[in-house]
Amino acid sequence: MSFFDVYSQNKDFDLEEFFSTVTSDYIKAACNEGQLSIKQFVSLLSPLAENQLEAMAQRAQAITRKIFGLTIQLYTPMYLSNYCDNSCIYCGFNLNNDIPRRKLSLDEVEKEAQTISSSGLKHILILTGESRIKSPVSYIRDCVKILKKYFTSISIEVYPLTENEYAQLAQEGVDGLAIYQEAYDQQVYAKMHIAGPKTDYQFRLDAPERGARSKMRSVSIGALLGLADWRREVFFLGLHAKYLQDKFPDVEIGIAVPRIRPQVSDFKPASQVSDKNIVQIILAFRLFFPHLSITVSTRENPDFRENLLSLGITKMSAGSSTSVGGHAVYSKDERQSGQFEIQDQRTVDQIKTMLVTKGFQPVFKDWLNL
Amino acid sequence: MGDFLEIAGKKINNRLFIGTGKFSSYPIMKVALEESGVDITTVALRRVNTGSKTENILDYIPSACKIMINTSGARDAEEAVRIARLAKAAQSGNWIKIEVIRDNKYLLPDNLETLKAVELLVKEGFVVFPYMSPDLSMARRMVEAGAAAIMPLGSPIGSNRGVKTRELIEILVNEIKLPVIVDAGLGKPSEACECMELGCAAVLVNTAIAISENPIKMAKAFAQAVYAGRVAYLSGIPATSKIANASSPLTGFLREDKT
Repeated sequence: MSFFDVYSQNKDFDLEEFFSTVTSDYIKAACNEGQLSIKQFVSLLSPLAENQLEAMAQRAQAITRKIFGLTIQLYTPMYLSNYCDNSCIYCGFNLNNDIPRRKLSLDEVEKEAQTISSSGLKHILILTGESRIKSPVSYIRDCVKILKKYFTSISIEVYPLTENEYAQLAQEGVDGLAIYQEAYDQQVYAKMHIAGPKTDYQFRLDAPERGARSKMRSVSIGALLGLADWRREVFFLGLHAKYLQDKFPDVEIGIAVPRIRPQVSDFKPASQVSDKNIVQIILAFRLFFPHLSITVSTRENPDFRENLLSLGITKMSAGSSTSVGGHAVYSKDERQSGQFEIQDQRTVDQIKTMLVTKGFQPVFKDWLNL
Repeated sequence: MGDFLEIAGKKINNRLFIGTGKFSSYPIMKVALEESGVDITTVALRRVNTGSKTENILDYIPSACKIMINTSGARDAEEAVRIARLAKAAQSGNWIKIEVIRDNKYLLPDNLETLKAVELLVKEGFVVFPYMSPDLSMARRMVEAGAAAIMPLGSPIGSNRGVKTRELIEILVNEIKLPVIVDAGLGKPSEACECMELGCAAVLVNTAIAISENPIKMAKAFAQAVYAGRVAYLSGIPATSKIANASSPLTGFLREDKT
């Protein structure tokens, strides 16, 4: 059994019908429950629950503070390569997009690492497009060998790997895996991913489980909100997080709630996801999964990110660039367009100052190479 | 009053230990540690950030405080041992709180892996403090393995729910000859006081202090409550009873001096 079976069992679940049975009292009770049931979690995603966001927020804040304290973990993404064999209609790295393709040499990886680590960051997330020719696992492993000298936690956000490949990278020093399904709805997924290896829905869907099996310390999942009806997507994301948490209690499960951002193509989201919707999603997750790590990326604008601080998020990126070599190798003019547009352009120091002002301790280091 | 706790040759006057993980800032944490006068503080090695341009938590630990490094993040004995060795290599001392957690939902410790780590680290000369679920048999094994104290949880980490394991803690206090230090779950000074009244040697608190609106005052309040509980324990707390005790007992006439 894998999560694909759970998805298959629930794919015809009538969410609208369920929402029609939810009452305000049911939502209120869910807000005050110690351990929510999956039904209570889903009720918090209902349109009716929008009226009770404040009560959810109060509870989410209390839970987050008890579990995580007044701390926010900082990291930054580092793009290694933008070569890609996929045609995902919403992505800037789509193989059909006419953008300069680059892959960092190992010397360039070192240069980027030096620049990023000089900001004080100790946690790095490395990313590649999906090209087993241009950025094979052996290349990622070589990069990790260099990055280990500069960072105490290395996470990957790359194409889905086999369990053995994840284990190789874990052995080399990778401790975190981020892989987002983009669209849980299999039909929508097929429409969004029209060519390349990413068309294999199930191989991607079961990647987080393969990562967890291979002893990754943390596994982060997500849906790219806007590709399909967000309530359905978040319902499946919740099922997925629960599945992983139940099956791998020793793995730190995390989620991210990215929304579609503009990029070089003219793709427009199918479903609008408002700020209010994002808040509702974060609060529902925090109430359902008290220990879940929740990341907010620089896709969101500075004001919104700051407002989310009190609501349940535990990690945020800082000093981000979504282009290859964007930290040090290429000057601003030389940089190609990124995977998506960044809304929060602040430096690590600026984010740090903001957090301190808001009463949070910016955590630069929260793991060590063992 | 000359009451102190002695562990591995260290005299500990303040029986409140404070954890350092969740404060909003290191400067506030430092003042909380100073003003509450704690002798022992725990620091997770995963947070120690030496040689960086950003702040290092160790620079904010008052010099009077003895640091106990914890192995937070370890998922098995092997990882805990590696963290302990790294701490020693980094000259962070040899007092190690073993924290092995394989459950991210409740953050409850794995007693078996913890025991394995204790056995290995004691042999390497560490002063070892196992954080554990309060289980008598396992506590006895920790003693046999050479632990310096045992640290049973009051309730799950960060839950602020108090001494939910009270009955089990009492058994440990009665049966285990080592200091029993209640670690985790204490949400209020009165709960810390309760532990001390039971005869625990000390308590460790982090969340309830760190996330309160005034961590400095709260740290002091906990220190006072711990002191009060300790003095009460030493003074001999009269047994409680659910019924009234008559001040003129019916069998008073049987006293020998009246016969």
